[in-house]
Amino acid sequence: MAIQPPGGTAGGINDLYQDILVEHYKRPRHHQLLPDPELKSEGFNPFCGDRVVFTARLDGAGRISGVGFTGQGCAISQASASMMTDVLQGLTLDEVRGVVGRFRAMMQGKVLSEQEKEALKDLVVLEGVKQFPVRIKCALLAWSALQDALAEYSKSRNKLETST
Amino acid sequence: MFDPKLIRKDFPILSRKVNGSPLVYLDNAATSQKPRQVIQALVECYEQYNSNVHRGVHTMSMEATDRYEAARQKVADLIHAPSVEGVIFVRNTTEAINLVANTWATQNLGPGDEMVVTEMEHHSNLVPWQKVTAQAGATLRFLPVTPEGTLDLTSLDTVINERTKLVSVVHISNFLGTINPVNEICRRAHQVGARFMVDGAQSVPHMPVDVTDMDCDFLAFSGHKMMAPPGIGVLYAKPSVLEGMEPFLRGGDMVREVWYDHATWNDLPMRFEAGTPNFADAIALGVAVDYLQALGMDNVRQHEIEIGSYALQALGEMEEVTIVGPTEARLRGGLAAFTTDVHPHDLGTFLDQEGIAIRTGHHCVMPMHNKLGLAATARASFYVYNTNDEMDTLVRGLKKALAYFGSHALKP
Repeated sequence: MAIQPPGGTAGGINDLYQDILVEHYKRPRHHQLLPDPELKSEGFNPFCGDRVVFTARLDGAGRISGVGFTGQGCAISQASASMMTDVLQGLTLDEVRGVVGRFRAMMQGKVLSEQEKEALKDLVVLEGVKQFPVRIKCALLAWSALQDALAEYSKSRNKLETST
Repeated sequence: MFDPKLIRKDFPILSRKVNGSPLVYLDNAATSQKPRQVIQALVECYEQYNSNVHRGVHTMSMEATDRYEAARQKVADLIHAPSVEGVIFVRNTTEAINLVANTWATQNLGPGDEMVVTEMEHHSNLVPWQKVTAQAGATLRFLPVTPEGTLDLTSLDTVINERTKLVSVVHISNFLGTINPVNEICRRAHQVGARFMVDGAQSVPHMPVDVTDMDCDFLAFSGHKMMAPPGIGVLYAKPSVLEGMEPFLRGGDMVREVWYDHATWNDLPMRFEAGTPNFADAIALGVAVDYLQALGMDNVRQHEIEIGSYALQALGEMEEVTIVGPTEARLRGGLAAFTTDVHPHDLGTFLDQEGIAIRTGHHCVMPMHNKLGLAATARASFYVYNTNDEMDTLVRGLKKALAYFGSHALKP
């Protein structure tokens, strides 16, 4: 039973805090860091102190075989991290880059195709954050960490290749 | 005593609506709203006598100069400075502190020396000193804060010792609300021959501050937190101390005579105001000071004790709310930082939908948040135009927010 939304922009706050988002915040998925991860990075938002630490492991075929995160922060930053971990399983790193691009595009206001939306799963509820521009950074925190992890991984691979 | 409901009529912005509800502005520790008189002073300056100060012989330049210097006198009177020589216009508190860091501190700190701040400093009274002490090979030491949020003065005589050259302390914490015993700390600093600086960003706008009685060597504060525009602030310094200081910025207006290879310095306070100053906003600051003086700084303080008590009690009655800092309104400035089960940012967004503006985050006091094990807090801060009715609105909004997020079963 929904409580009366506040203020004159009725619905606005409910667009932001959709049930699926709050559910992820309350029961985050993959909420544990993995040992010896190939991908690891930390996202920190100095504006609010929110933090997300992200880890992932790759299998022999270069696909993501496991993900885990921890962190602290507002409902949006933590739920976004949780939803993100839900979509990464089994993807190649190029596919991961594709997901990152689509998610960022959605947050920047691009209208996604039905197919693109499907691939983002629960993450589509974060589209409601667009109405609250100051909170977009919260939704992107985990994604920045993920991108850093990807960049770091590529860099170390390149180094390895040039040294051998 | 003044009536905040009447004062509100002087502040045009307070009659606006935000997201369909009347604005309840409780972010005064970040910046204050401006009365019509201050806004009018800016319009008057630009419409009637805008001219560069200290330069022209023409009528308008003299008018602008007179008003600029009159504003300086008003500021001197407000803080009970013995003369205008020690009143330097800067951009804000941060610039005032950086001025002292880049002049007095770099000239006087050396290897083995110590400088002291408190654990509750705003980043602006911490980060400049980190650099200066590191460069000098000096040590930055901290007066500790008790779990109740007050300074632990049992270590005053050991932390401030014969090696201490400079002590810089926040007068009222913008996070804990604590009013620090600056007179006592100043006495100790002078006892060991150290200079004493006060960060008055949250005190000068809200209570009587008397630099002569306190005997501080430096006081920094910002205009925008006391009804003036942003971009104008003040460094007060004892003229005798300023005399021994190298200029901070060099250029026009701060010189007496200039040759190709050297220059001599202007008198105080101009020596520390290089380039065209922000005279329009300084003049507006003078008008803001007039406004505050007409209310009476004792009354301003009294109002904030009253509204602070009301807020502390109303928030304290809410089981879900934990207030940070001293529990008694007399021991704190007009602000209250608090935590609930709901993350401050989620709370802030919800309250904003109700027209209530509060601050959320670490309020530029990250180390103290870390020490208390907090990543972020919500903060309501008050000024002369806030009413008890607005505190009721805040409490209603908080209850609604907690019910809303509770309905999502956020709490375990």
